[in-house]
Amino acid sequence: MRFRARVEVQLRPGIADPEGATIERALPALGFDSVANVRAGRSFSFEVDAADEGAARTTATELAERLLANPVIEQSVLELTAI
Amino acid sequence: MAPRIGVVVFPGSNCEHDVVQGVEAAGGTGVLLWHGDAQLGGVDAVVLPGGFAHGDYLRPGALARFSPVMEAVQDFARAGGPVVGICNGFQVLTEAGLLPGALQKNGRLRFLCQPARVVVSSTSSVLTADATLGEELVIPINHFSGNYICDDETLRRLQDEERIVLRYVDNPNGSVDAIAGIANETGNVVGLMPHPERASAALLGSTDGLVLLRSLVGASSARAAA
Repeated sequence: MRFRARVEVQLRPGIADPEGATIERALPALGFDSVANVRAGRSFSFEVDAADEGAARTTATELAERLLANPVIEQSVLELTAI
Repeated sequence: MAPRIGVVVFPGSNCEHDVVQGVEAAGGTGVLLWHGDAQLGGVDAVVLPGGFAHGDYLRPGALARFSPVMEAVQDFARAGGPVVGICNGFQVLTEAGLLPGALQKNGRLRFLCQPARVVVSSTSSVLTADATLGEELVIPINHFSGNYICDDETLRRLQDEERIVLRYVDNPNGSVDAIAGIANETGNVVGLMPHPERASAALLGSTDGLVLLRSLVGASSARAAA
């Protein structure tokens, strides 16, 4: 089976995010007065061949934790869909 | 015979020749090593130089740690060999797990290229053994991701074990505890954001980096003789 994985990587809560803060500071000038707590991150997508969803999840999680995110400062969220 | 200092060249490294000149000004012999080779050619120390290894894609150092040479560097470090990561090299060492913590984007997202005042805060490392505790040095920094961060327990250990080797006087990038450089438990692996090789000749405006490079050459000689 083939699965499409989407991994979203963000800085851990409590780690300063100067990029998110800079975006947030620009918002009032654009009229977005009701928006707060902006956090920046990155998204990756890839496809995985695996026997079942569990196996695909194991591979994608390992890839996310060993390479895509630096666990010292970042956390990742994985979304998996069969294709 | 002068000790041989291996300087690893990754695709995108750009300070390797400066480091070779710097270690030669400090009495060593510089040897360029290619990141794709899985062995170190019998050098007495290894320097991971500054630059943008593998384009800094993903995160600085994230891909360089998978280069074939890094396994040999890990083995060399574990055996007590002197390993120094300068700037991008420091980022590679943290990504490879040879040093704790991480280097994130500078506070206020500023790229910094300027002389930095740093204080020697430990002499228990291969890079600071010949320096004087409390000595202030002026050494250039040139980075976007030099903002050192680690968890509280790691920070306590770094402080208690005197593994913070250099601290900024003005902390330009927002590093925790003004950290500019750290060492591993045994002091043979050191990472720092300032570039000592850019302060190794009067023509460059400062020779303050020479004491650090001389320390490294000294540690390498001791190893070569052993």
